[in-house]
Amino acid sequence: MSLPLLFEIGTEEIPDWMIPNALENLRMLFEKLEVPHDTVTLDATPRRLVLRAEGLPEKQPDREEKVQGPAKSAPPQAVAGFAKKQGISPDDLTTETTAKGEYYVYMKKVPGRLTRDILADGLPHVITQIYFPKTMYWAGKNGPRFIRPIRWLVAMLGEEIVPFELAGVRSGALTAGHRRLGAREIAVTPSDYAQRLRDHYVILSAEERRTKISNELMAVKVKPDNALLETLVYLTEYPTPITGTFDAQFLELPEEVLVTVMRHHQKYFSVEDNEGKLAPQFVAVMNIPSDPEGFVRRGNERVLRARFNDARFFWDSDQKKKLADRVADLANVTFQAKLGSYLEKTERMKTLAAQLGGDADAVRAAELSKADLTTELVKEFTELQGVVGGLYARFQGEPEPVWQSIYDHYKPESMDDAIPRHRTAQIVALADKLDTLRGCFAVGMIPSGSRDPFALRRAAQGVVKIIVEGKLDLDLAPYLDNDALRDFFQDRVRYYFRDVRGFAYDEVNATMAIGWTNLVDLESRLERVQKLRTSPDFEPLAASFKRIRNILNQAKFQGGGTLDESLLEAGPERDLYDEQQRIKGQPIEHAIARVRPKVDLFFDKVLVNAPDARVRQNRLTLLNTLLAEFSTIADFSEIVTPS
Amino acid sequence: MASFQDIIFKLKQYWAERGCIIQEPYDTEVGAGTMCPETFLRVLGPKPYRVAYVQPSRRPADGRYGDNPNRLYKHSQLQVILKPSPDDIIEQYLGSLEAIGIDLRQHDIKFEEDNWEAPTLGAWGIGWQVMLDGLEITQFTYFQQVGGIDLDVVPAEITYGLERLTAFLQVRDSVYDIEWTKDFTYRDVRYLDELQYSVYNFEMADIATLWKLFDLHEGEATRLLKLYDPKSPDKKRFPLLPSYDHVLKCSNLFNTLDARGAISVTERVGVIQRVRKMAVGVAQAWADQQSDVAVAEVAQ
Repeated sequence: MSLPLLFEIGTEEIPDWMIPNALENLRMLFEKLEVPHDTVTLDATPRRLVLRAEGLPEKQPDREEKVQGPAKSAPPQAVAGFAKKQGISPDDLTTETTAKGEYYVYMKKVPGRLTRDILADGLPHVITQIYFPKTMYWAGKNGPRFIRPIRWLVAMLGEEIVPFELAGVRSGALTAGHRRLGAREIAVTPSDYAQRLRDHYVILSAEERRTKISNELMAVKVKPDNALLETLVYLTEYPTPITGTFDAQFLELPEEVLVTVMRHHQKYFSVEDNEGKLAPQFVAVMNIPSDPEGFVRRGNERVLRARFNDARFFWDSDQKKKLADRVADLANVTFQAKLGSYLEKTERMKTLAAQLGGDADAVRAAELSKADLTTELVKEFTELQGVVGGLYARFQGEPEPVWQSIYDHYKPESMDDAIPRHRTAQIVALADKLDTLRGCFAVGMIPSGSRDPFALRRAAQGVVKIIVEGKLDLDLAPYLDNDALRDFFQDRVRYYFRDVRGFAYDEVNATMAIGWTNLVDLESRLERVQKLRTSPDFEPLAASFKRIRNILNQAKFQGGGTLDESLLEAGPERDLYDEQQRIKGQPIEHAIARVRPKVDLFFDKVLVNAPDARVRQNRLTLLNTLLAEFSTIADFSEIVTPS
Repeated sequence: MASFQDIIFKLKQYWAERGCIIQEPYDTEVGAGTMCPETFLRVLGPKPYRVAYVQPSRRPADGRYGDNPNRLYKHSQLQVILKPSPDDIIEQYLGSLEAIGIDLRQHDIKFEEDNWEAPTLGAWGIGWQVMLDGLEITQFTYFQQVGGIDLDVVPAEITYGLERLTAFLQVRDSVYDIEWTKDFTYRDVRYLDELQYSVYNFEMADIATLWKLFDLHEGEATRLLKLYDPKSPDKKRFPLLPSYDHVLKCSNLFNTLDARGAISVTERVGVIQRVRKMAVGVAQAWADQQSDVAVAEVAQ
């Protein structure tokens, strides 16, 4: 008989962002119990992690276990003793011949365990092993750890409870509804579980909550924001969007500030008018089905008004001191204990910006870039650092390239984020990131594993992205004056081209092998190699180059010598030489189709390892020259070919 | 309409009915209700405890001369400690909101992750900020560690922001407009506190004097802590509570100096360390002192 399983961990509110990973973990841990089953469904709300599975057997199949007894030659007492120990008569024993001789064996019948018993033993461990980034204890110092206190447990196999206990909570058949609109105890079975929850204002499926929010958002034109949508899906059990308004006079404040308040502080969607400009409206998502009296809408409107008033208060009071006059105050803001204050960082950034080819605007922007760290608005909305500095600089009359550079200099904040909008801003962003990287590496703060408190990986990735996408003709080599930093960057460059841009790893290795610190050059070589690869001659040629490389290595060929034409043998060797002379200086794209047959023929007919040492040396020189000719864009021997 | 003080009465009544001692505010200035000995020291050790009190909490840097409708130098927290935390603690908490007239079927309540941490107290906990129609009205924390000590029994701490909660219930945009009683507004009662303390904290506090006071209180707390002897048969008499008062004084002086702009960033870390060292010292001595007291009580 096959049975459905219902397993629900009822908790106090779990942080929304941890839920999807916890569910995946729950699935993995359940699979480890090795209970056969058909489908598995995972669901979650802030107050419950749920695993449902279909088609579990009532019990494991019976099986036989072989117990080895004494040797056939053993005295009868020993045989009888063995049989007695197994609770059988000696007649029930069979014999078996092994490499060591003949033995009595008993084929013991082991009845399959009840699935319910396996689950009762296994599920408590499943629960406590779910990984969360930060856990707590609640039932005394030696109690279990979980993300939040566990308050109920539902564990049912078919109609029967899977009995176990964890942290003083006994598993049962009672779930809980919405905190205020549902009952605290609801009897459920695997078949009516989801419906019973719905009756008590809990929409179990995240997908359904997501759809409900999205559909009800259609009424207004909200700025799409999937991350916020996900947060709200896992912050509610019965989500319902409502639209509120705010006084249009707040639209005088910069849109960035308004959106940040709505998005990050209040978890509201912002709304656009028909021209795509910010409208004096917002959408909040409640955890109840309706707001007939408008209590929730008015409450949210008042909170937002207060928040906007705060922002305006900070904006106004910040204007009492210009950014330029705040730079000196950065002496009191620590960048990093060993690397000094932000004032010192600012000075270094100015120098770097000039070295990187930045103009006077770039240097000015570098000078002002960190001054917003002393403003009230940034202290309140730290995620707006840079943006606020840019807005203040504009307001205080700094030229456009300057304020825009300040505004953009933390970009890109992720691999999906855009790079700063123009060259000047790109230089300032590079100066900031390179300074942080060089400084941290110089004092030994090097990321390891998942430990990267200064987000140095992101900074290095940003440098790579800016240079490549901004097409900056810049050699990084002079700035990577630390071996560890150089290796670190090399990894980031490889990661960028391989994982972000999708180039094949051997193409990346091949092109990087002959130099990688000029990223624009590297990119163009990669693109050429990628195109070349589509040519039918490419991979065979690459294979030949690998062969050449091996031959040269084996011969410990040092290079340097000049080729002696008189030693060339007529036929394939001479032909290869002539071809090589003809293609000299030509792009590889034109050359490979012509060279490939000559190389093939050469290897087919000519013995490199000629008995005459001079001939041998001459042939090695020919191959070496050919290899060098083709190695201007990549080391083709790094290309992986099917062999 | 419920006045500011009505709301306080109702909340105190509600928690008194659930077994809480109703304490009066602590009489030394603190930055948060958590710092009062009723919380900071009582959560240590295995003994159950339940207490609720209103604590005026002073945050010198948050002063705004009485100009800002939402920000206060001194705001009032209702602090509830339930040790150990009952299983239905959140239900009890929601019940307290209903007791002050909030119909939660018509309002939106959410528990958003917000873990509390106080480096100067060597303390942290796991919890939420409770949002009511988008307004943060409560900080809810399960303490895990206090004074650098893993707690034997996990208490729940519920901290209500009383001004906000009242402004919400009375539908006021400015805390100064809330009715303390029918005849007096919050402004009538507290405006001068806000104005004068802002002037003092930001403009007139004498930095040298404050540092001198800091050093004096630190000296006294440190002197006492050095004298505490865990092996002394008389250790129950040892004045740890007065020692802790000096720590609280230091903490408030530090906050005032900070608001005054007298602490550079490099100094800051060091001063926080000094306060932390004293706070942790008191907590550890207290845990030691109380563990023996607890043992003695059990033995009786």
